[in-house]
Amino acid sequence: MRFYEAFGLEPALSLDAEDLKKRFYERSRKWHPDRFSRASAAEQEKALEMTAVLNDAFRTLRDPVARAEYFLKENGFELSKEAPPELLEEVFELNMALEELREGDDSARPQLIEARNRFVAMRDSIDQSLTTTTDLEEVRALLNRRRYIRNLIREVENVLPN
Amino acid sequence: MSFQIDFGNEKSPIVGIDLGTTNSLVAVMELTGPRILSGIVPSVVSVKESGEVIAGAAAREMLLTHPDRTVYSVKRLMGRGVEDIQEELKLFPFHIAEGSESTIKLKLGEKTFTPPEVSAHILRKLKLDAEAELGVRISQAVITVPAYFNDAQRQATKDAGRIAGLEVLRLVNEPTAAALAYGLDKRKEGIVAVYDFGGGTFDISILRLHDGIFEVLATNGDTHLGGDDIDNLMLRIALEDIQFEWGYDVSTKSDAVQLLRRAVIDAKERLSFVPSASIDLAYGGKTYQREITRELFDKLATPVIDRTLGPCRDCIKDASVSVEQIDEVVMVGGSTRIPLVRSAVEVLFRKRPHTELNPDEVVALGAAVQAGILSGDVEDKLLLDVTPLSLGIETMGGLVSKLIHRNSTIPASATEPYTTAVDGQRNVLIHVVQGERELVKDCRSLARFDLKDIAPMPAGFARIEVRFLIDANGILSVTARDQRSGKEQSVEIKPSYGLTDDQVEAMILESFDKAEEDFSERQVREARVEADSILAAVEKARQNDAYFELTDEERSAIERGVNELLVVYHGDDHLLIRSKIDQLNDATHTLAENMMNTAVRGALKGTNVNG
Repeated sequence: MRFYEAFGLEPALSLDAEDLKKRFYERSRKWHPDRFSRASAAEQEKALEMTAVLNDAFRTLRDPVARAEYFLKENGFELSKEAPPELLEEVFELNMALEELREGDDSARPQLIEARNRFVAMRDSIDQSLTTTTDLEEVRALLNRRRYIRNLIREVENVLPN
Repeated sequence: MSFQIDFGNEKSPIVGIDLGTTNSLVAVMELTGPRILSGIVPSVVSVKESGEVIAGAAAREMLLTHPDRTVYSVKRLMGRGVEDIQEELKLFPFHIAEGSESTIKLKLGEKTFTPPEVSAHILRKLKLDAEAELGVRISQAVITVPAYFNDAQRQATKDAGRIAGLEVLRLVNEPTAAALAYGLDKRKEGIVAVYDFGGGTFDISILRLHDGIFEVLATNGDTHLGGDDIDNLMLRIALEDIQFEWGYDVSTKSDAVQLLRRAVIDAKERLSFVPSASIDLAYGGKTYQREITRELFDKLATPVIDRTLGPCRDCIKDASVSVEQIDEVVMVGGSTRIPLVRSAVEVLFRKRPHTELNPDEVVALGAAVQAGILSGDVEDKLLLDVTPLSLGIETMGGLVSKLIHRNSTIPASATEPYTTAVDGQRNVLIHVVQGERELVKDCRSLARFDLKDIAPMPAGFARIEVRFLIDANGILSVTARDQRSGKEQSVEIKPSYGLTDDQVEAMILESFDKAEEDFSERQVREARVEADSILAAVEKARQNDAYFELTDEERSAIERGVNELLVVYHGDDHLLIRSKIDQLNDATHTLAENMMNTAVRGALKGTNVNG
């Protein structure tokens, strides 16, 4: 997997964040285009390429969720866009409350704030589980659920000014 | 020939240039650190009636006498289209020429110029000043840009460099450059905020320092917010006052407005140090005076300064740091001299900001440090910057699909698969935009990339992988590969704003010859000045007793030296003139010594008489 190779690492779901950062700085120092401004065009091209991939890889691998998504995708797993069935009832109620607030009914506000807090807690607990889960099917289920919850949080936050 | 100036690549330094809205500066990295060369150059360009284009202080004088042939604050127009600048046109006396659409053309006297060409004249002035001071040819530069500049604005700046005969090795973000100049890396680890409030732009950047690495975590800003905006508010008040007092409107008289603008800026600058200052204008036999207190000034400036605080808060959030985690705050840009700006920053960041370095110079100094990094002279520092705006492509229904998010470390890339929608389709058009909004119409159009000559096949069969790459300058390039054949797919770029490559090439050709001419002309002029002074000295020495004490041979060597210098004096070979100057210098060696001795004897005698 290209992103792991960029860091000289074996592909793995969990990574040591400090070690990753150290490798990022080391490799940046070595490959950044600034180090090649008087080199040949071919060397400059290579430095640009190496650094671009390194930066893309760092962005993905340092974030546990992005990393898990990348890892799954590279292993041939697809993420679905469907709602997790256990959340359907909750989503139904949420949509009603959102509709009420949009129509100017402020009484829905406390319910929405409560819902947001609950979703944020769910997301945090998923993030926690992601650090310990190794079974890829299970990881996929967690990511699907997380993606859905993230969208719910975003929707609530769009109508609730901070 | 006795000596030769070395124009070899190794000796020619890379300069750092701060191309500002109001003023520009050039600096160079030396063993002792970065140093500002010559002086501040006002970012003003003017076309004389003779057709000669001038830049800098002389052009600024022309603002008063020939406002219709002179332009300032052109940075506000870089990389923009006519429809973008309608607000600017109400406040700035830009003379837009006919036929300006996606590329603005400015009319100065009989000539028209694009904003990159105007900027190129400022850059050329800086280049010539630097060459004169260093005595070497300058061909490479690092130029700074506001961190929040988009792709088109960056490209326009790079074009300006090329037109001025400079290879732009890197565009560096102004706040990041300032961080380099401040020597903040003495603190091995830490988080630093740079608040950069200049004449026409505002940037905020938050960086993490790690053992010489300056890693930008997030950046935000407004490319049309600066001290200029405060000037305009004060100017409006003064114009209203004058209309009331004098009974007529002077806002249509551009020379009066320029005089008044200068008076306003003068009052604004004094108000940073004194509690009250007056705006004075004498025009058409009348005078106007208005006292502005600090209190009134603060009231005027508050809404402008408040507009900087939102981006600061967003930047802190994007950097995922808390205010408490920020160790230092650095102030950059002339507008940070305003006491109210300093106190607003102190309140927001809850710490006293650094104001030790001259806020006008710190960006150019940082650009010189970056030049040192590129030349290899500075080895312990490295800048990791980010792209300020998200990059996306237009998808169905005018929606934006984001490919590279804002605050991604650059260089950064993304790939996207494309295919055809119709049987036998030969082209695919990709519309690339920059911005944070969901709809294409709310983002900034960058360019349309046309994937051409796709091999004809049934709909959906083509497999084209398109790669979007933002380089270390923050500038986008797009490449495409046909995955079936593995061949590079040709891509035609149609930039939404700014100049095409061909246009820039044409402007370079036009100016490059001129730059060569400028440089050698200046060399010749300087050599002649030197020749004049030695010829005058020799002429004077011929009256001196010491001249007659010389041997015949020595005297004829001097005669020969003078004659040979006179022969080459009007030629255009400065090296030849200089070699004859040296020859004459050598011939007069004994004469000079004798004269010194005579003078010393005279002086001693004088002492005796008076003592």
